[in-house]
Amino acid sequence: MRYLPKSPAERQEMLAAIGVRSAEALFSSIPERYRLKQPLNLPGPLSEAEIISYFKERAAENSSGYSSFLGAGVYNHLRSVVTDVVIQRGEFLTSYTPYQAEITQGTLQAIFEFQTLMCQLTGQEVANASMYDGSTATTEAVLMAERLTDRRRVLVARSLHPEYRHVLQTYARNCGLQLEEIPYGADGTIDRKALQGALRDHVAAVVVQSPNFFGAIESTAELAGTAHGSGALLVVAIAEGVSLGLLSPPAEADIVAMEGQSFGLAPSYGGPFVGVMASREKFVRQLPGRLAGETTDTEGRRGFVLTLATREQHIRREKATSNICTNQALCALAATVHLTLLGKEGLREMAHQNLSKAAFALGELEKIPGVRRTFSAPFFNEFTVELPRSVKLVNAQLLKEKIIGPFVLGASYPELTKHALVCVTETTTRAQIEHFAGALRQVLQQSL
Amino acid sequence: MAYPPQYRYTKEHEWVDVKGDTATIGITDYAQHELGDVVFAELPKAGSSVTAGKSFGTVESVKAVSEIFAPATGEVLEANPELQSTPEKINTDPHGSAWLIKIKLSNPAELAGLMDAAAYEAYIAEKNKEASA
Repeated sequence: MRYLPKSPAERQEMLAAIGVRSAEALFSSIPERYRLKQPLNLPGPLSEAEIISYFKERAAENSSGYSSFLGAGVYNHLRSVVTDVVIQRGEFLTSYTPYQAEITQGTLQAIFEFQTLMCQLTGQEVANASMYDGSTATTEAVLMAERLTDRRRVLVARSLHPEYRHVLQTYARNCGLQLEEIPYGADGTIDRKALQGALRDHVAAVVVQSPNFFGAIESTAELAGTAHGSGALLVVAIAEGVSLGLLSPPAEADIVAMEGQSFGLAPSYGGPFVGVMASREKFVRQLPGRLAGETTDTEGRRGFVLTLATREQHIRREKATSNICTNQALCALAATVHLTLLGKEGLREMAHQNLSKAAFALGELEKIPGVRRTFSAPFFNEFTVELPRSVKLVNAQLLKEKIIGPFVLGASYPELTKHALVCVTETTTRAQIEHFAGALRQVLQQSL
Repeated sequence: MAYPPQYRYTKEHEWVDVKGDTATIGITDYAQHELGDVVFAELPKAGSSVTAGKSFGTVESVKAVSEIFAPATGEVLEANPELQSTPEKINTDPHGSAWLIKIKLSNPAELAGLMDAAAYEAYIAEKNKEASA
């Protein structure tokens, strides 16, 4: 966006045009006591050289040389500089929302390619142009299920990401949704008996994550059958998209809500991420947000447009399917470029490395006295172990060894105190895993 | 397109054709023309009820989604099944084969307030004049 400075003379001219004496008068509707009377407390202007040196100093504060075993919804994966170069092209980086098909064919085609990739990955028929992140996509999926079934009860697996559940609860509180939690069983997957019992009547949707928050892989096909048996829809949330390189896609689900961070987005500062939402074609009119579609122009040439936009907020106001007004176009583009670079084989290979390295790590950790695997269900690149000590205290010791320790499950699940959620991706080396196992063994041997 | 004299019309551009206690409801030629190419109709299921003056469904065109308002209160007997696959019929035959729903009237007296064809034609003539003014 261009910065347009205004000279004092220009300010006066504008004020005169609207008949106001001073800019301050424009704020007269704000009570006197809330108005700031002095300039903002900002440092004075810096020269170019000073700014460069300031940012160099800040950059030097970044730590390096750490290995991480922390996942829990954010995953460290290999990224190519190609992705960054492509998304930083001005045509993509600065382009705004593609309402005018005549001048936004590149952006629209990129969104169309993104949607195509998401359908291929999730086994679904239609995908939208993207949501904010996995948590809002999951919430929108539930709202969509409510519209489709005209029911208000929603069964949510306790093994759904705790933050996704918080976002869902925030929406539910204000729109009359009744959320009920379904516990997990001894193997870490959803408790089928509890689910079956809760499905009695009028359930809009069953919401499960796979692999779930504990890393356990759910049988989504079987769960779809269970949900459909009582007229409920199955919403499958996916926090780790790379798992789809190996696992069969949740094609039987009615709506899939996915976090796309694993596809080429850095985990730095917790965002921005990109939400994915895919469903069946027969539900397309209840799919929130926007969709890019392929068409032909008056001369028969292939082209792209926003389609089904009539249900969006800018046209239908309060009756829109959702209050989402835009999409995560640049992050969706990054995911598209990243997946295109990897290709089908590349993604499979990446997923395979995640699985193999995680399995190796579990083997190493299980050799340590007192460390025990919590759940027996198959996992992908995250698994849960019980430690003989507080995970928080253990992590503090590991950090001294330049190891970012596993997620402290007790923070979100009081019943899982001393349980740790360990994540291993293709970026983790064998040496790092061995260093982690060795350090953990030593920490546990010391008296804390 | 002529407005059938036996129908009654609403200010929201729906028509209603009453036979006994059954009413067939559709949107007018004026309405379909205003909407443009219709691509989808979202209609209530048989057995549900509609209330006079309240929205009972939507008609979606390439440029807008419009609410359809019930001219009378009653129980839905049938939604036009052909509109699921051929919603564009609403553009070509809005007063005939592209009816939207049939209802069993619960209070036929409500219909007294609706316009006849002549009054409706005068009403849309006024609308068109406003639009071109």
